[in-house]
Amino acid sequence: MNSILQYIPLNYYVALAAILFAIGVMGVLFRRNAIIIFMCIELMLNAVNMLLTAFSTFHGDESGQVMVFFIMAVAAAEVAVGLAILVMIYNNIRTVDIDELNKLKG
Amino acid sequence: MNTLIIISLLGVVAMMADALRFKKILLPIIVAGLVAGLGFAISSWNTNLSYYHDMVLFNNYSLAFSSLMIVVTLLWMIISKHYFSSSSNMAEHAALVLFVLTGAIIMTAFADLSMFFVGLEILSISLYVLAASNKSELRSNEAGMKYFLMGAFATGFLLFGIALIYGATATFNLAKIASYISVSQAAGNTPMFVYAGVLLIMVGLLFKVSAAPFHFWAPDVYEGAPTVITAFMATVVKTAAFAAFYRMFSTCFVEITGFWSNTMAIIAASTMIGGNILAVYQTSLKRMMAYSSIAHAGYMLMAIVAMNKISASSIFLYTASYSIASMGMFALMQAMTASGDESVNSLKGLSKNNKGIIVFISALVFSMAGIPPMAGFFAKYYIFLGAMQSGYQWLTLIAVLSSLIGVYYYFRVIFVSLQDNENGAGHVLNKGQWTLIVLSALISLLIGVIPSLLLTLSL
Repeated sequence: MNSILQYIPLNYYVALAAILFAIGVMGVLFRRNAIIIFMCIELMLNAVNMLLTAFSTFHGDESGQVMVFFIMAVAAAEVAVGLAILVMIYNNIRTVDIDELNKLKG
Repeated sequence: MNTLIIISLLGVVAMMADALRFKKILLPIIVAGLVAGLGFAISSWNTNLSYYHDMVLFNNYSLAFSSLMIVVTLLWMIISKHYFSSSSNMAEHAALVLFVLTGAIIMTAFADLSMFFVGLEILSISLYVLAASNKSELRSNEAGMKYFLMGAFATGFLLFGIALIYGATATFNLAKIASYISVSQAAGNTPMFVYAGVLLIMVGLLFKVSAAPFHFWAPDVYEGAPTVITAFMATVVKTAAFAAFYRMFSTCFVEITGFWSNTMAIIAASTMIGGNILAVYQTSLKRMMAYSSIAHAGYMLMAIVAMNKISASSIFLYTASYSIASMGMFALMQAMTASGDESVNSLKGLSKNNKGIIVFISALVFSMAGIPPMAGFFAKYYIFLGAMQSGYQWLTLIAVLSSLIGVYYYFRVIFVSLQDNENGAGHVLNKGQWTLIVLSALISLLIGVIPSLLLTLSL
């Protein structure tokens, strides 16, 4: 089997995906700018994509790579909706800082 | 399957309504389509057909939940007329609601993790738009934004879990995953990836059903979103989320119950206690209902924890009784939103201004609080019975105690409604709200008197 996994073992991919995912989670939790938060969510999803491709190659099974296409398409739709909501908020309050969104408390 | 096709086509048709100028007859078309979908769901009972290389499997469990969600949507149409007619984007709103329903039906019928993901996202993305659909109202914007951020964040966890499960088992198919896990359990070499994957999927799903440590977004989103959309979220979407949750855990991860059930039991307990206690302190009825829906999520989690042979039918009975009763409560809340005051105290004078309504409101409140002979009592009874049978006595005790707290804040609604307002003011319900309240009270009573109607379905 002439696979890339002969040169870079699967564990490295899993570790890299876990690190990228953790960076994304930290970004969502600690950054206050909504656009940066979107980017961090994308980072989380792309970590998953990389993990799925690596596993797919490892198992010699194509369904993991098909799943990556599903995730990419859905992520694009999700970001389109998210940016639309963001633009709407910007038109109303002229900022994208999520700490300014504090009308709902109780 | 025909149900799914009809509902999704109906969504596409609704999108065309604006361009092809048949907006005036759109609502009758939608109602007719929903009824047709319901008919197909009932007629394919006991067929157990799977489609698209085992991607979806329409067994009795998914058909029952699909029918329930269509019925609740039909009830919901009664109060949503105003929401549709008041906006110029009626066609888009109707299409989005139908797409949410499409996603919800996929979530009850998936037999493959990729299909589950697609169904969940069809449901969620449409909902983000609907939650933010009141464009000029900042609170609605905020609700949409919070829902979007939390939803996308939870999806990330869910997908990482799915990827790890795929890494261990090399398949997305639920049945194959289940057989892999049972073989590896017998051999005693279940890989770490499976356990980590189950935990991450659990976190993602607990976010979606707003269980205790992950519930903080729910009150804000429920309060900020337009009231009719909140009604839809609290009923249909919650039903779909629990149907999917139970379906996934009962088919895939039932072999490793010992690994996740204690965690889930603690989460269920804290969800019930937290939701009920926080609901007591709310002044706004809409926010109170949000916390009460969190508490109800805790009760439903108990059925997943118990995971025995009555769990499926008890979770079905519970979602049915909860959705129908809260639909009636949301009709009341819609009248409150229309007059601009959503606080519980503004209910003063309600029974004086609307002769006879208090009987039906009390029936709904009884059902929510779990008092016989309403549906909510039997729903809670079977959930508690299932937990007892699986040996969770402590959890049942906590559930009973926390539902006593629930009685306090639910009854406040009745007491305040019975009081007179000094200046004679008070909310006045319109015909649609009256109809929905009476109808849902009667259905709750019917299920309460004959619970075997739903319980004997072989799910």
